[in-house]
Amino acid sequence: MAKSLAHEFFKGFWQEIPPFRLVLGICPMLGVTTKIQFGIGMGIATTFVLVCSNILISMLRNLIPSKVRIACFIIIVATFVTVVELMMQAFTYGLFKQLGVFIPLIVVNCIVLGRAEAFACKNSVIMSTADGLGIGLGYTLSLAAIGSVRELLGAGTLTVWGDPILNLSSIFPGFEPFVFTVQAPGAFMILGLMLCAMNMVGKK
Amino acid sequence: MGDYIVLIISCIFVNNILLAQFLGNCPFFGTSKKMETAIGMGMAVVFVLVLGGAMTWLTYEYLLVPLKLVYLRTIVFILVIAGLVQFVEMFLKKNMPALYAGLGIFLPLITTNCAVLGACVINIDKEYNFMQALVASFAFAAGFGLALVLFAGIRERILLARVPKPLQDTSIALITAGILSLSFFAFKGMA
Repeated sequence: MAKSLAHEFFKGFWQEIPPFRLVLGICPMLGVTTKIQFGIGMGIATTFVLVCSNILISMLRNLIPSKVRIACFIIIVATFVTVVELMMQAFTYGLFKQLGVFIPLIVVNCIVLGRAEAFACKNSVIMSTADGLGIGLGYTLSLAAIGSVRELLGAGTLTVWGDPILNLSSIFPGFEPFVFTVQAPGAFMILGLMLCAMNMVGKK
Repeated sequence: MGDYIVLIISCIFVNNILLAQFLGNCPFFGTSKKMETAIGMGMAVVFVLVLGGAMTWLTYEYLLVPLKLVYLRTIVFILVIAGLVQFVEMFLKKNMPALYAGLGIFLPLITTNCAVLGACVINIDKEYNFMQALVASFAFAAGFGLALVLFAGIRERILLARVPKPLQDTSIALITAGILSLSFFAFKGMA
């Protein structure tokens, strides 16, 4: 039991890491990752919604009639998204403004609905919590990874909440920021190239 | 009139919903492998987005604002869209079987298409009036269809090319989308 619980938790980090392995939830992946901190913020918001909705759905899984289950899932997810929206407006207003339309869009993020359909409505509460936490943290990790690559190449620095933690131009004098990576076309290309790199490493 | 032309051009090309705003990318990659499915999806989005844009705008302005329930926007919008999709599906099945056969499988998918919800939220955030919201919804949907059909055409060609193994499938699709996005980027100065 303990082993499979750990399995459900850790599969989100490599085996089924979204959006690389499961090609879901690409929109926020491309839209908000111009800076590493936006990626982390978005990831944490998604994780919160994912864990809460997984818990509630698996608690109610025997009560929800299977014919209207998708509608029920959407309402549950939308409720938690509204909670996140209100909390972010209260505590992290700047980040909320930056992420903009992508916060209400967590409702239609395929990862959240996908986990509800594929996992939470079939498994126990504890397992679903582990699954939601694992996939959520994996998603946060990949958002942060893409955000750091794009910010590092595009601006030459890596800033987390106002503290520059890395500055490329001090390591390589004469480094010119590669602005392409923080613009729209660069987002697609960086994600494509990272996926390619992961395929090369993870070759069976 | 001129304002509306600027709005249309900006929504189709400059702020293309797929390639510049990154909304609705899951169906963009999911349904672009074949031209036929791409056209079906594009038409279904145009249909639902125009209706949905109008409905959500009216709901927001005449229901949520007077009742001071603006914070329930996300829940109400997704319910309106889900209900609308369901209604459209039943209506088409009964009255226009030919169109239903064409759009059929794509309609249920649209509820979770973030381009639809996203465009509705953008209409409200930018404080468009009803006419502007309607035009913007149509233009966003047209931009979605245009990008999807172009992309499907390119992907059909890629099938014939020899792609290195690690780049195959999603990876090459993303890089192609990047190049397509680059060509839409050229409209940036227009509006």
